[in-house]
Amino acid sequence: MIFDIIIYLFIGIGIFFNLLAGIGLLRFPDVYTRLHAGTKCTTFGSLFLIGSVILIGLKLWWEKDTNGSVLAIHSTIALIAILLTNPVGAHAIARAAHRSGIQPAGAVIDELQAKPVEKNEEKTGGD
Amino acid sequence: MKRYVITTIVCFIIYLLLTTGSGNDVLGLWSYIEMLFGLLLSLIVGYAARTLFIKDNFRMLNPVRWFLFLCYLIGPFFVALAKANLDVAYRVITGKINPGIVKISPGIHTDLGITLLANSITLTPGTLSVDIDEKTNDLYIHWINVDKKALEKKPVDCKYICGNFPQWIRRIAE
Amino acid sequence: MIDLLTTYLLVVIALMLCSILALIRVIRGPTAPDRVVGVDTINTMVIVGMIAFGVAYREVIYIDVAIVYALLSFISTLFIARYLEGGDF
Repeated sequence: MIFDIIIYLFIGIGIFFNLLAGIGLLRFPDVYTRLHAGTKCTTFGSLFLIGSVILIGLKLWWEKDTNGSVLAIHSTIALIAILLTNPVGAHAIARAAHRSGIQPAGAVIDELQAKPVEKNEEKTGGD
Repeated sequence: MKRYVITTIVCFIIYLLLTTGSGNDVLGLWSYIEMLFGLLLSLIVGYAARTLFIKDNFRMLNPVRWFLFLCYLIGPFFVALAKANLDVAYRVITGKINPGIVKISPGIHTDLGITLLANSITLTPGTLSVDIDEKTNDLYIHWINVDKKALEKKPVDCKYICGNFPQWIRRIAE
Repeated sequence: MIDLLTTYLLVVIALMLCSILALIRVIRGPTAPDRVVGVDTINTMVIVGMIAFGVAYREVIYIDVAIVYALLSFISTLFIARYLEGGDF
């Protein structure tokens, strides 16, 4: 009974943050702030949704169901893959957006980015 | 030789994790033929990838570093992740943003350390790593709510952006 | 227990609604990086949806598909980003 309540709680949190990611993508004004919503919220939401799946797998494993172990271990691998790849993808998109010349909308401070990147670009353009 | 053995063992463990449920000979999870084939494959892959997997030295073999890494993931990192999401929720609902791109110099010199720090910064409250200066390992951070106090000193102090993460990363990866 | 597992079908429907929100951003996005952000978000939701399907139908093999999809979508995102910043591959 308590187990079921925990699972429903995890599902609720996961769906809420995934929905927040969708709304944030629509409401924010430029690429960088959209990346904030699209990366953090989906990572956190998937953490809880896949976490509930792992809990179900562990319970099935405890009850000697053969599918339980596979469910738990493979879901853990998928979770690790998401946790590793999501920030790296966001970083790649942000760097590509800045190098293709998109300025952050309504930025308070930007000159720190504008100057040294050109130096960096020359360096990477060479090799 | 040491590199080859370590890479082979890591490949074998990953292969075993990916093929759980193939039989019930060993621990009820793997069959003998699967383990034999996995060992053969990881011998080949370990030979091919031994210089890519371990670049400079063997410091990550120390189990204390992995224990610290687990502590870091469960403790401060998870708290920061939860705070980050509540922060984004607040900004999605109210629409109050005050963005800017700032530069920090965390003083971490290894590739693994800077990767860990950049990924942590991306997943913590209100910050997103945009670019990196590869010579000096300075990070350029997109900050969703710029603090006026932080801008007085020019390479912005790390404690406004990522708290005490650089100390943790230095203990884990350097 | 059966009730708990079929809940995951509702999870898939909810994730589909979320990805429709992201799809609106993909269609409307003024610049190319906006569209890439939308596609990246949809990719993560599809991975979680595959795992939820695997639990709901008790088919473990769906989760392996989700792992492969996660890695492939990551590589495709990197390639598109590389293309947008104008570097050679």
